[in-house]
Amino acid sequence: MIKRPFISLAKPRIEYEALDVTLPEPKMIQTPKKVTLLLNEPFEPFGKKNAVVLKKDDSVKTGQKLSLYDGSDAYVISSVTGTISSISSFLGEFGRSYTAIDIDVAEDEEMDEAFKALSVEPTMDIAKAYLSEIPGNPPISLFSNGSASPSIDSIVICGVDSDLLITANQHTLVSDEKALQKGVSILKQLTGIENIIMAAPEHLMQNAGLSGAQVAVVDAGYPATLPRIMMQNVLGKIVPAGKSCEDMGVCFVSAEAVASLGMAFDQGQIPFSKKFNLIKKDGTSVMISARVGTPIHEIFSACDVTVNEKDRIILGGPMTGSSIYSENHPIQPDTHAVMIQDGKTLPLVSDYPCINCGECVRICPAKIAVNMLVRFLEAGQYEQAAEEYDLYSCVECGLCSFVCVSRMPILHYIKLAKYELGRIITAEATNA
Amino acid sequence: MLNQKKFIVSHAPFWHDGGTVTARSYNMIAAVLPAMLFGFISYGMPAVGVVSLSTSSAIVWELLFNKISKRTVSIGDGNAAVIGILFGMLLPATSPWWLVITGTFVSVVIGKQIFGGIGGNPFNPVLIGLAILMVSWKDFFDFNEALVNYDLGFAMAYPLASLKHFGVSAISDFSAADLLMGQQSGGIGATFGLGLIIGGIYLIIRGFIRWEISVSFLAGIVVTALFFNISDPARYAGPVFHLLTGYTLIGAFFLATEDSSSPVNFIPMLIYGAGAGIMTVLIRNIGAYFDGVVFAILLMNIANPLLDKIRPKALGKVV
Repeated sequence: MIKRPFISLAKPRIEYEALDVTLPEPKMIQTPKKVTLLLNEPFEPFGKKNAVVLKKDDSVKTGQKLSLYDGSDAYVISSVTGTISSISSFLGEFGRSYTAIDIDVAEDEEMDEAFKALSVEPTMDIAKAYLSEIPGNPPISLFSNGSASPSIDSIVICGVDSDLLITANQHTLVSDEKALQKGVSILKQLTGIENIIMAAPEHLMQNAGLSGAQVAVVDAGYPATLPRIMMQNVLGKIVPAGKSCEDMGVCFVSAEAVASLGMAFDQGQIPFSKKFNLIKKDGTSVMISARVGTPIHEIFSACDVTVNEKDRIILGGPMTGSSIYSENHPIQPDTHAVMIQDGKTLPLVSDYPCINCGECVRICPAKIAVNMLVRFLEAGQYEQAAEEYDLYSCVECGLCSFVCVSRMPILHYIKLAKYELGRIITAEATNA
Repeated sequence: MLNQKKFIVSHAPFWHDGGTVTARSYNMIAAVLPAMLFGFISYGMPAVGVVSLSTSSAIVWELLFNKISKRTVSIGDGNAAVIGILFGMLLPATSPWWLVITGTFVSVVIGKQIFGGIGGNPFNPVLIGLAILMVSWKDFFDFNEALVNYDLGFAMAYPLASLKHFGVSAISDFSAADLLMGQQSGGIGATFGLGLIIGGIYLIIRGFIRWEISVSFLAGIVVTALFFNISDPARYAGPVFHLLTGYTLIGAFFLATEDSSSPVNFIPMLIYGAGAGIMTVLIRNIGAYFDGVVFAILLMNIANPLLDKIRPKALGKVV
């Protein structure tokens, strides 16, 4: 954990982890006995939805596309061969519902061939139908209309990692050069978008140059790699408050996703190994490669991490990740890191009021008057917070909570406010 | 599933830089120590008594109010102690006990707690306490009268009073070096300029106070005093004298910078500090009081919410 420096006249500069010069070989995690796949669709077997096509005891092959309902667009790609042992509902952050599909892994692996035949001639429809759940989670649905869609006109490939201590994307940039090259050309071919920019840290410029995309340098100080900050510094566009980067015609894709895309069409096989950092209790980081769906406790036991009661397990990095409540949570295609913190040394939030010290105001990259914003948010006056105190300018970097002397959960308040306002807007739209 | 381990779940970020309100308060107390100890050495046990009583009574008032208002006990954050110590340091060493206790009551309960405790006070609690006492019992704050029985080996006339009554000729005895080294009468902890500057610089370097406020406050005093001095050198003292006398330095580093009642954005901080500095000299030179720091800062405290509306445009803000 980064502590407040003794001399803190200027605001602290927190740097991203730079990938080791000697490229660390990812530690391979063996295929576990059981995997869990999270399907981004609520599980309602008795609802009004179409007929459920997946059943318990169905056998699946590696690379097989699994859809829960007949005719549904949502799917997951099985990362193992085996039989489905259970299908259940799973509740994620902010009330999002998923369907958890547990698969008991069989001893012999069988590859599903459906994609192989199609992969000879890459089209957007194929990518949409098979590749939106590959490691790195490419936002294929965003440009699924191809060149016909006017909305997206530039793609930024993130050769940088979204949070501190993570090096997964940088690792891809160095180790998967060929796949990345292929991925960039496929991406150009599929979307028809020529303006593809590879954003990379300075020390990886050479590798980024090889990918065939335009290259842009990203600063090594947090939060330079967050989308809205990159829009400002790399593309020179400022996203208006309340709009998303996609509204501005820019789409962000992780380098890993592009490499997976390239690999898929190159080898005719949907990739299922996810590369991520395991950040241990002492803050050291190990590069891991494991199948999507591997339960997290398998990774801990493979890396000799002892997990105790009241520890904190986090998917993602220390600033923007999300903590989970179960060791059985699977690795997902967008899991860039798994972090564990010792319960004895956790920095906990408090219900102390804002003392107006101004640390947050000085560190905020979006120049929000956080000291005022948080007072409105505490009182639940979300609309006023959005109108007068720039709630929607927030880039969600978490630096305000990081430096808060009163240890207020400021980012939590901000996320909650955005969520509640989103709910109000949806409710008003449906009742109108 | 039943005997699963239970984990702590919370929202991002999962790191914290380790700063606490308590650490801020303790550093503040550490920073006032040089000036406070100098006051103890100068004025002896009565000064120790005043500051001790002030600190302890401030903590007790806060504890009592916590209990009465049925809220969590907040004396652990050290803020009440800081208020008590600073309040004690502003008083003359001969202050009677009831004055100290009344003052800390006003500071802690009326100045801070009734507004919702730490972070809610619109005024600097210390100055609220002091201002109310100064208005109510004026005589106890006449340093010439209060310290009449002291002879510390230098001119015991209160410099600002001499200036007010007799003009610049009366203060020719005070050299800048003497004033800086505390060779002047005044509040227990407010006379030792060097100690206050050291403490202030320590707090600035550590990032516990906002340098913009201190610097602009001092700059406001220097510039305004300079103008007065140029216009009539026989009536108005020079900037150095104003900088080193009265509550100027303790005000610049410890009173004007109080978190809750001062702005946090850059330009407002400059306006706030400069405004308080200008007001101080105005009150000293053409106002009724000897020292203007207390009322100048309180006046700027009122302006703080308005000033803090001057802020940079947030990222992506339309309009």
